[in-house]
Amino acid sequence: MKTLRFLLEKEFRQILRNRQILRTLLIAPVIQLILLPLAADYSVKNISIVVVDNDHSPISQRLINKITASGHFRLTGYTASYNEALTMVEQDQADIALQIPTNFERDLVRENAKQLFIAVNAIEGTKANLGGAYLNTIIRDYNADIRIRWQSPNPTAAAPATNPGATPSTASTITAAPASHGTPTANTPVPQITATSSNWYNPYLNFKLYMVPAILVVLVTAMAAMQSAFNIVQEKESGTIEQINVTPIKKHWFILGKMIPFLVLGIILFTLGLLVGWLFYGIIPVGNLLVLYASLIVYLFAMLGLGLLLATYSGTQQQAMSLAFFFINIFNMMSGVFTAIDSMPGWAQAIVATFPPSHFIKIMRMVVLKGSGFSDIVYPITAMAAIGLVLNTWAVLNYRKTN
Amino acid sequence: MPTVITTDKLTKRFGAFIAANELTFEVEKGEIFGFLGANGAGKTTAMRMLCGLLSPSSGAATVAGFDVYTQTEKIKQNIGYMSQKFSLYDDLTVSENIRFYAGIYGMSIPAIKTKTTQLLEELQLQKEAKTLVKELPLGWKQKLAFSVSIVHDPSIVFLDEPTGGVDPVTRRQFWDLIYAAADKGVTIFVTTHYMDEAEYCNRVSIMVDGVISALDSPAKLKEQYNAHNMEDVFYELARNAKRKAD
Amino acid sequence: MKQLITFIRKEFLHVFRDRKTLLMLFGLPIAQIILFGFALSNEIKDSRIAIVDYSKDATTTQLISKIEASNYFDIQRTLATANDLNNAFKKGNIKMAIIFPANFGSDLTHTGNATLQVIADASDPNQATTITNYFNQIVADYNTSLAGSPSAAGTAGAATAQPMQIIPEMQMLYNPELRGAPNFVPGVMALVLMLVCTMMTSVSIVKEKELGTMEILLVSPFKPIYIIISKLAPNLIISIVNLFIILLLSYFFLDLPVKGSVLLLVTASTLFILTSLSIGLLLSINAKTQQAAMMGSLMGMMLPTMLLTGFLFPIENMPLPLQVFSNLVPSRWYFIIVKRVMLKGLGLTAVWKEILILSGMCLLLFAISLRKFKIRLQ
Repeated sequence: MKTLRFLLEKEFRQILRNRQILRTLLIAPVIQLILLPLAADYSVKNISIVVVDNDHSPISQRLINKITASGHFRLTGYTASYNEALTMVEQDQADIALQIPTNFERDLVRENAKQLFIAVNAIEGTKANLGGAYLNTIIRDYNADIRIRWQSPNPTAAAPATNPGATPSTASTITAAPASHGTPTANTPVPQITATSSNWYNPYLNFKLYMVPAILVVLVTAMAAMQSAFNIVQEKESGTIEQINVTPIKKHWFILGKMIPFLVLGIILFTLGLLVGWLFYGIIPVGNLLVLYASLIVYLFAMLGLGLLLATYSGTQQQAMSLAFFFINIFNMMSGVFTAIDSMPGWAQAIVATFPPSHFIKIMRMVVLKGSGFSDIVYPITAMAAIGLVLNTWAVLNYRKTN
Repeated sequence: MPTVITTDKLTKRFGAFIAANELTFEVEKGEIFGFLGANGAGKTTAMRMLCGLLSPSSGAATVAGFDVYTQTEKIKQNIGYMSQKFSLYDDLTVSENIRFYAGIYGMSIPAIKTKTTQLLEELQLQKEAKTLVKELPLGWKQKLAFSVSIVHDPSIVFLDEPTGGVDPVTRRQFWDLIYAAADKGVTIFVTTHYMDEAEYCNRVSIMVDGVISALDSPAKLKEQYNAHNMEDVFYELARNAKRKAD
Repeated sequence: MKQLITFIRKEFLHVFRDRKTLLMLFGLPIAQIILFGFALSNEIKDSRIAIVDYSKDATTTQLISKIEASNYFDIQRTLATANDLNNAFKKGNIKMAIIFPANFGSDLTHTGNATLQVIADASDPNQATTITNYFNQIVADYNTSLAGSPSAAGTAGAATAQPMQIIPEMQMLYNPELRGAPNFVPGVMALVLMLVCTMMTSVSIVKEKELGTMEILLVSPFKPIYIIISKLAPNLIISIVNLFIILLLSYFFLDLPVKGSVLLLVTASTLFILTSLSIGLLLSINAKTQQAAMMGSLMGMMLPTMLLTGFLFPIENMPLPLQVFSNLVPSRWYFIIVKRVMLKGLGLTAVWKEILILSGMCLLLFAISLRKFKIRLQ
């Protein structure tokens, strides 16, 4: 126990003395946390759409107006043929091509049904999903809208002239079939179900609320796993670790002595991150800070264990960097920062469950956005603790004072 | 004189390569024991086994009465070690290095303070107490590293080529420190390939290709090989070596 | 020339002796392509939802069975009251909740209109929007069926089908199953090639500086340009090997063949590799220690590459300064080329502009680093 004090004293002296480390450990992540959410905006707006209107009818015109007025779409082209529209999609000038076929209006009235052709560039899945969803909603609303106009007893109401009473709001609330907004449904009262939807925990669908907690985890991860691995390997390269190995110091004290300083740095970085989230993005955790910090400590325990383990396997800084980079890269991509873990196949979810960041990102989002408490995060926090225990035990066993 | 190191057919193999082959010798308390050999002869391997950094493949050895297989941590309590790289922390000051190493050997804080003052005085480094080690000249670093390696008053200190790369004057000063420690009863186990340093030892062993091929006092060795100095003795033994230096 | 070959061989030996670095060089792209290719997906299905049914009548039962039948939802449980919803959301068990108010069915029959409530966990805004839309689709379909079957509606007048139906026929181009692979493969290609080239090049040169062996090389009669070539050659070859590994893995495992010309893709990739090598060279000239070189490549190159290439986040959403800055990131242009040639099967006419930009960057960077390397020598 007494030796731990000297180890810690030494580590802190070294860290505090090294300006470059402080810069990379604290200042760089803070700057990144300020800038990254600006770049990491996956909210889908400005979907570019190219329209092929072969009908040129009032109905098709109003549909196009409705699409552009929705706020989600940007009309980037208006071509004569479907092929030209597809070329625009190919060249990334449009995300979606919409074709209104000839006689759209006539067939809609005479035959009571007509298709619209939509082609979505699906390479970027999220954008395709949402773009398609938004367009569907608009078309559905528009459909309900024209139905009312044509069905109302007064035929003039069906004319292109505006009919403000029947225009449902589309952008804010998505209603499945806002058929009866006090419209005169005297002749045929078709029964309709209306779905009113509300978005809890993030009513304005602010994407930054979702990303900032996750980005903070990514930054803490890089700091913890990389720097702890580097730190030990540096001692290996300079030979000081051999000097430590001939002392009667106990392995676990040495490892604790390496871990605690980075634990403290991690907590400082995390706190700075929460401050940045509050000052720059107005994010105040809904849940208990105690829950957050308790999870953070468990998380750091696991990730520092990984760093130590990697260090025991590497002889040079280059190796440590390669190994750490290998894991961090895969963690970042797979832990639900960018794509939902739920969408992965079962085997991949099983693999991801062994990645500590996947649990901590989940906890962060739950606690920061929804205010989840200890009882809600029992599973992820236990999982992190278990992984941490395995990694640290492995690291202690693999760290040999005697070869 | 009681013996503090005994080895019996101590062997270390790395795969098919036998780095140290059936080493058998004894070192007495307070002795300056020189361990000579060309690069790659197996000196460092032998020393690392005795320090508990490397497990032997076969044979037996005790250091300060403790077994090198089962009691390595006990051994570490009783020895000091200084490697070729004289492992001080570059980014800590002179007194911080002393404090750290004394601390992890379990010395109390008042004891550390007294020891630090005493060491700085002996080394005449009082003015440099707050200087970062990386700013010290090489010779001073080496002397400091030696003092740090015996800060906890071990009964044996292992020095692995401690004087590599310094000028003859500094080397002489370094040996003065070694003599001072030996006078206090510390056993010195030192590897070197400077033959003039071999003359300073009470006894030397010369390793060739992993085997001890001679072991006696410098005077007797010179007599035995009919040589003027240790250099000739060494050359006589080492020229038949098959192993190349690495 | 013989000298050069000796030298290049030495560089290869350095690389192949270090197993752990090799693991990263080849293991990372393989692991990434397989994991990302198979695992990452934007398709949202089987979203866990909860249902609160205060009405429990024929209509709600019908609707619930329709929800159950769809691939999009997995009804996790049926809650008795809406009071438990907050707790369920906080546990993270459910993504959405549907509440049928009391008298839902009778309202529908008697007044012709009934309202249900959908609550989505919008902590992930995109997912919330998508699943709400899926649900609305089910409701809309149900409404259509209501209009079509007079028995269900029970009102005499509604014997005809829903009039004037617009039927949107949506086609997902290039990636109908919304897999993550088509987007991530080009991204991983850009990332891995960039990483290997910049980081390995700069670290291998700086390492020689640290060890002092660079001085030995510089005092030898060996021409500096040869030193550069021999340092770049292994990474160039490793990167091209990596490129083929990625393409083969995509073809055999991810069902993502190169739709366009392989030759064009390989040429463009080589151009991108050369650009990245020049960046690595430039970094190595300025870095003094390995750690500085690593941090430089990591912080200076990796993050901008990941973020500003456009494969993780759409560039058009970024603030204008970042958008402008993204034009300077070589991988941004490479990413466009790969998407067009590999996924869409377009030819040179579609990517000549991007290739021209990359060539310009490559020449400029190489010229600068060559000049700086020479200056350092004198």
